[in-house]
Order: sequence, then C-alpha cells, then structure tokens
Amino acid sequence: MNANALRPAWLALALLLGSLLLMLLGAGVGSTGWESVWSLAAPDADPLAWQIVRDIRLPRTLGAWLAGALLGLAGAVAQGVFRNPLADPYLLGSASGASLGVALAMAALGVSPFALQGLLRLGITGAAFAGAVGAVLLTLLLARGAHNTLRLLLAGVVVGVVLGAASSMVLMLSPEIMQAMQSFMLGSTAFVGWGACALMAAVLALVLLVAWSLSRVLDGLALGEATALSLGLPLAPLRMLLIVVMALATGTAVAQTGLIAFVGLAAPHLVRSLVRAMHGWLLLLSAGMGAVLLLGADLLARWLIAPQELPVGVLTAVLGGSYLLWLMHRRNVQEIA
Amino acid sequence: MKDEISLHVLSGQGIAAFADADAVHPSLVPEPAPKTVRPAPVEGRWPAGALALSLLVAALALPARADAPAPAAAITLTDARGKLVQLAAPPQRIVSLLPSLAESVCALGACERIVGVDRYTTWPPALAHLPRLGGNLEPNIEGVLALRPDVVLISVASRAVQRLEALGLKVIALEPRTHAEVHDVLRTLASMLALPRGAEPIWARIEQGLAEAARTVPPQARGKRVYFEASRGPFAAGEKSFIGETLTRLGLVNVVPAALGPFPRLNPEYVVRADPDLLMGGVRSLGESREPYPGWTALRAMQAGRVCRFAGAEADLVIRPGPRMAEAAMAMARCVREVYP
Repeated sequence: MNANALRPAWLALALLLGSLLLMLLGAGVGSTGWESVWSLAAPDADPLAWQIVRDIRLPRTLGAWLAGALLGLAGAVAQGVFRNPLADPYLLGSASGASLGVALAMAALGVSPFALQGLLRLGITGAAFAGAVGAVLLTLLLARGAHNTLRLLLAGVVVGVVLGAASSMVLMLSPEIMQAMQSFMLGSTAFVGWGACALMAAVLALVLLVAWSLSRVLDGLALGEATALSLGLPLAPLRMLLIVVMALATGTAVAQTGLIAFVGLAAPHLVRSLVRAMHGWLLLLSAGMGAVLLLGADLLARWLIAPQELPVGVLTAVLGGSYLLWLMHRRNVQEIA
Repeated sequence: MKDEISLHVLSGQGIAAFADADAVHPSLVPEPAPKTVRPAPVEGRWPAGALALSLLVAALALPARADAPAPAAAITLTDARGKLVQLAAPPQRIVSLLPSLAESVCALGACERIVGVDRYTTWPPALAHLPRLGGNLEPNIEGVLALRPDVVLISVASRAVQRLEALGLKVIALEPRTHAEVHDVLRTLASMLALPRGAEPIWARIEQGLAEAARTVPPQARGKRVYFEASRGPFAAGEKSFIGETLTRLGLVNVVPAALGPFPRLNPEYVVRADPDLLMGGVRSLGESREPYPGWTALRAMQAGRVCRFAGAEADLVIRPGPRMAEAAMAMARCVREVYP
C-alpha cells in the first residue's frame, strides 16, 4: 500500500510527543484565549489563575486525551471484530442507548428531583454509561450472541434506530432539556473533573490490557473467520469479550464527554495509513491517535471563539474528516500516476 | 414557558435545533397567492348538516358587509417577519401556538377569545381546558384548522407558519426576545384586538412592576455581579437577553457582556474567572447542592451560599418573555433579598 510506511515505534513516539505538547498547550488555552502557563507558575501570579488551571483546564485536557484514547481503541476493536473499515464504536447502538439514558435522567431529574434520590446519585454520567452498555447487551441478545457478524450488525442498527426514536420521544415530552441534550449529543469536555479523569484512566488501562492480550484473535480474524477458526481460536467467546471491551470503552467515554463523532472511525484509519502493523501495535496506536485527535479538537473548540465554546464533536468531524478526505485524494492521485 | 427559551437560546447561538433544523426561512418562501375573504365564521363549530344554513347566513351577511365603509382591511398590522397582515374585524377566535403569546392576549383582556393553545401553555389557568394543538416540534395543523380560528398566533421559528398560511388562515408570527420586543408584541396584539387604549396600560403596569421589584432589592445587593445560567452547557443569559435586561433593571451587573450575544455557550472557566457575587438559574441546571461544573466550588457565590435556584413554576416564570416579566423580576428580587439579608 504505502512503501514509505513508518515504523510503528516511531509513530508511537510522535504521538507521545504530540500528546505532551498538546497537554502543555491545553493548560494554557482557556476562556481568555491563549495565556502562558509559565507566567502562572511565577511566585507573584494570581492564585485564581492557578486554581483555574488545576481544577478546570488540566482535568478537561487530560479528560479529552483519555476519552479520545478510549474511542480510538474502541474503533480499532470494532473494525477488527467486524472486519469492516466502516465500523465505529457506536455501531452496536451504544450512542443511542447513551442518549436515551441521558434524556431519561434529565427528564426525570427535572420532574421530581427529591423522589429520585437513588437515580440522582447515579446522575447523568451513570445513566449514559448504563444506556450505552445496556444497548450493546440488547443488541447481543437480539443477535443471539456474537457468532454471526451480519446478524450482529443488523441488530445493532435496529437497536440504534429504536432507542434513538425513544429518546426523541422523551425530548418531545420535555423540551426544556433540549439544550442540555444537544450539548451532550455534540460532545463537550466542560463537565470533566479529576474524578472523571481517574475513572477514564482506570478503564483505559483495563481495556487496553484486555484488548492487547486479544490482539492475536484480531490478527486471526483479519485473515477471515474460517482461517481464524482453523487456527484453533475459540472464536465466539473471544469475540464476545472484545465486544464487551468495546462497549466498556465507548460507554465510559460517552458518559463523561457525550457523543463525540468520528474519532473512533478515523483514528484506526489514520494509523493504518501511516504504518503497517499487526493488531498489537494497531490497538495501541489507534488509542494514541484518537487521544491526539480529540485533544487537538478540544483545544480548538476552546480557543477559536473564546470565551464561548464550539461543540467539540463538530470539530473532530471536520478535522478527522478532512484529513481522511485528503488521504483518499492523495491515494487516488498516486494510483493514477 | 419551557419551549420558548430553548428556541431563543438556539437562535441566539445560531445553532438550529433538531426540531426546526430544516425550517425554511420565511423570506425565502414565495408569498402565497392572496386568498379570497371567507365569510366571517359563525360562533362555535359548524355542524356538517348545517352547511346549507350557514351558506344562507353568509349570503345574507354579504350585502350588509358591502355597505360597510372599509370591510376588507379594518385592521392592518405588521408581524415580526415584516409581513403585512390584514384583518376585516378584531378576531373572535384566536389560536395561540406560543405560551407567551397566549399570556399576552390574556393580559390584554381577551382570554375568552382564545379557542386553542399549544402543549406548553400553562398560564393563565383559565386556558387549561382548551384543546392542545401540539408544540413547536409537532404542531397539529389539522387541529388548528378544525377550530376555524380568525387568526393564529405563532412563533417566527415554527415550521407551521407556511403550512397554515397556505391553508388560508391568517397567521401572525411574533418573536418576543427582549423587553422592547415584548412591548412590540403587546402593541401588535392590542391593535389586532382593536383596543382603544392600546397596550400602554398593560405595559405601564409591567414597567411599574419592574420598578417596584428594583426598589425591593436591598442597597447592599446593588451593583453585585451576577451570573444567570439559562441552561446546562453552560449557556448563560447575557446582558442582551430579556433576562439580562431584567437583571440590569434590578441593579445587578451581569458578568456576561452584551457583546457575547443573548445566550452564549461559555467555557465554564469564564465564570470562575469572573467570580460573580451571585449565581442564578434553574434548579435543573445549577443542581441542588452539588458543584455544577468542575472547579466551581471555589466560586465566591458558592462558598457564601449566594445561589438562587428557581424551581417548579418559578423556573418557568423567570425564563418567559411575556407580560409576567414583572412577576419574574419580583421572584428574582425575592431571592436577592434572601441571600443579601
């Protein structure tokens, strides 16, 4: 495909450096536009500025990175499990499940905040997570397990449509939640604090470990299901495990940052366009690529019209999408030449 | 009303709600061909069997109307789209598809002429028994037509405007977004109802109420800096919004300047940096006691407990651009008195 492919280790290094650079920038981009972090570290600096960096900018910067990594990883797993480059983390209905959970939680919390003390504790993020994972479980139930790819995809589409319609219904019945829903559906890192970061970091460590240990299964699947079976892999349970990993990663990211489009789809593609690697590297690099992509988009979303904010999901789609288009265009030109 | 603020926040942001994302801008649609003037509808519903009778009544009515000096356009008014609407007589049957417009008609003393309202109209209680005709997302066009209204009052943003006009109904599209526009709406409706004294008595009462609310704000609270959260996001109510105008009238200083637009979506750290003395908003977006956004516990207002959380009917009241703005100002002033005793 591309003769001048990078070595995976070099790309990993580049992503790491890019992440560090963006995180430094992230500490400096806020409601006043760009400001130097160094001036904040000075002894006579404003304590409020330092508090803003510590309590708001750092967690949301790190949070964007972690959510991007979770989505990138989930995307790579999805494309591997379904052997389909169009697969993305929301394929099995988790996006509409999360939306429904959030819509229900918002509508319910508004109606009788005292009656639902239990649900209040769970909160919007808990509802989003429960919705995302619940939708994937429903899809698995409808598809009678994970052994039939076509059935699984079909069930995912059906669950997505039905749950999407249900959340539209909730929205119609309580239109006052519309803005809040919209900010959830377009994604935002404004709600990410240190607690959310810790949670996402823990989940990321877990799913990376599990997915990485299953990378041989994905390699086998890439050669076709028959080949994978002939390698002696217990395909059905392993695929189920991979889907659980995907649901967990997606659900965690969506619960904290909302429905951020395109990162999960674009990150594995960008990695594959740059390096040729087995799934062991591909998973790791996709997570890194997703992280850099979402963090970069989040910085732009905060900086472009500060102190107002753009929805970060729109920027991920614009950034990731235009890069992907440019890649495709360049490849076409090369093929013609 | 609940639904109005959503539309305003969105139109202020320039983001289209999914509900009206594909709404065609009225100015892009060719004006429908002028419709022939229908005979004035008889009070109440027309029984199907009595069609012949009603035709007879209409035939009898026509010569009488021909003698009248200017029957075609006794009332001419311009709505918020800039469109000229002509009415032969003050409407006797009014359908309102926006809560603040129903409130305005009632404030002008014509509550009993309203025959149908949208789903979100909650005030005044006298309207509770009327047929509900859907919301801005799903207007019940057939239901509106079946009521045979002389005029339909509707939001400019509604998709139903063109459809209702194409069906031959008189549509007045209005959009109260600021105090001045609320005044305009009242004036337009007063001329629609052909009230001899116009909207001025009502407006004077609103003005008086606002001034009275401002007087009840204690001196130690004057000039305090306030942040009003219109919706979670955080979407703020800036100086330019009607909420902001009310806050200014109360002698409070908005931390969100007019330059940012009526309902901007802010970076939450903007509020931390501004460190307002006082937070206001619905209990839905500011939460019961938890920190609404990361890093906000340190806010001076949170520390001192100077947070106004509006709940229930009051939450609706403070975000409604209508004739009850003075009551909304009273509710805000009441809370200010509580947090600045």
